Amino acid sequence: MKERFFNTLYFFILLILSVLFIFPVFVVVINSLKFKFSIATAPFVLPNADTFSGIENYTTGIETTGFLSALGWSLFITVFSVGVIIVFTSMTAWYITRVKSLFNSLLYYALVFSMIVPFQMVMFTMSKVANVLRLDNPLGIILIYLGFGAGLSVFMFSGFIKTVPRTIEEAATIDGCNTFQVFWLVVFPVLKPTAITVAILNTMWIWNDYLLPYLVIGKDYKTIPIAVQYLKGGYGSVDMGALMAMLVLSIIPVVVFYLLCQKYIIKGVASGAVKG
Amino acid sequence: MKINQYRRYFPIFVAPCLVAFLIAFVIPFVMGLFLSFTEFRTVSNAQFVGIENYIRAFSDDSGFLESLWFTVKFAIISVITINVFAFFLALILTKSVPGTKLFRTVFFMPNLIGGIVLGYIWQVIINGVLYNFNYSITSDPTFGFWGLVILMNWQMIGYMMIIYIAGIQNISTDILEAAKVDGAGGFVTLTKIIIPSVMPSITICLFLTITNSFKLFDQNLALTAGAPANRTQMVALNIYETFYSRNGYEGVGQAKAVMFFVIVAVIALAQLYLTRRKEVEN
Repeated sequence: MKERFFNTLYFFILLILSVLFIFPVFVVVINSLKFKFSIATAPFVLPNADTFSGIENYTTGIETTGFLSALGWSLFITVFSVGVIIVFTSMTAWYITRVKSLFNSLLYYALVFSMIVPFQMVMFTMSKVANVLRLDNPLGIILIYLGFGAGLSVFMFSGFIKTVPRTIEEAATIDGCNTFQVFWLVVFPVLKPTAITVAILNTMWIWNDYLLPYLVIGKDYKTIPIAVQYLKGGYGSVDMGALMAMLVLSIIPVVVFYLLCQKYIIKGVASGAVKG
Repeated sequence: MKINQYRRYFPIFVAPCLVAFLIAFVIPFVMGLFLSFTEFRTVSNAQFVGIENYIRAFSDDSGFLESLWFTVKFAIISVITINVFAFFLALILTKSVPGTKLFRTVFFMPNLIGGIVLGYIWQVIINGVLYNFNYSITSDPTFGFWGLVILMNWQMIGYMMIIYIAGIQNISTDILEAAKVDGAGGFVTLTKIIIPSVMPSITICLFLTITNSFKLFDQNLALTAGAPANRTQMVALNIYETFYSRNGYEGVGQAKAVMFFVIVAVIALAQLYLTRRKEVEN
């Protein structure tokens, strides 16, 4: 009886909190449908006949920021960077866990170390290096993301590989697999849950990353965060309506991704943390 | 013998990752350390100046120390509030309350939204509230400070909650049942069983919240961009501005970045050491 009372109480507390959590997004959505001058003064009022602007904010926003190409670049960079990270960091993690040498353990510790270094420490020199090596384009930045993502990804893969017995690898070798086949046909399928976790953590990071792409490719190519910041930063007085519309458009892909992969995301975050 | 057979595959298995890591991290890191002791505009015309940049980081303007202090205050308050809220949400959500799955989904959602977008979302909301009192978020640094705290809570609570939930669900029900039989009340169960058992989760949550609070940049840039008069500027933004908004300060910016790195590393490692020790004891 007492427990049921508390559970009902908790339910209502959670309900109120949920409304508070969704409220900010809701405010942005309703304001994206209002004329720009009626936003700052009364953001919490629903659009009415006088203030409703239809999709005008969306069309101006998409035009001034080049949102569609930003969406394209964000997708391109995120998908290929995450793919490259999964392929190469899983191989590296397996190799340096299985082959014991001073170099490999130094590499492992250097990778772990890179995780706690703030980006500001390397941002200036890294963007210079990227510039000199002609990596300042959407293909080159994939290599940069591999380098920056390697720390966390190798760390998580090796954490899991340490628990995988070698016997299956040995059996596959005896059956005539070469090392490449051993990894991709025997080891990688076992790593799949970790690969999903690594993919999700990297997707969340790269999709939302602002400063790295801004410094490396920002002059010629905009990703979504750069496009949003551009609207605010380099455009004199800010068109609040267009800004609201761009915020909504930036949130939509994230929400779609979340609803599709929710199970994996929540699991990934939980298991990613346990190994940390 | 088998190891030798593996070794031939070094160029395929390790080289791509190694090259990327060298280009993106190792070389820039070493160059950064070196350049912090030089004066430079571009990387090629660096002149050695000893520790002058480190002195100038403090003497040329008070912005760096101020931003450091602002960041420390922000980090302390955010780390405490985020972890307390996340932990209690996790406690409630591991009880048999209806709709826990849906609530989890909702609380986690803000974490997926990027920092720039989050900053503008909260700017509109906070300005909307303050407008009624004829203020805006940039009229007083206090508004910016608490705005950042609220934003950070909104973003991080869900993530930490997931980690705490995983920790709480790992506690064996036998122990909890036994405690109940022995007549342990809710408070005793919480402090003597649940908190010690989730120490690994506490370690990782503290680590993530501390490092993320210190490194905060996007949210800061979008919410206030340091206004008014750089008084809501956090360290990461201060370093960025030193590099890119002032001519002739590249060396000073790099020196600040080195100090920032040392501070973050020392705090993170100290925290890991202290909380890990607690894990072993229990």
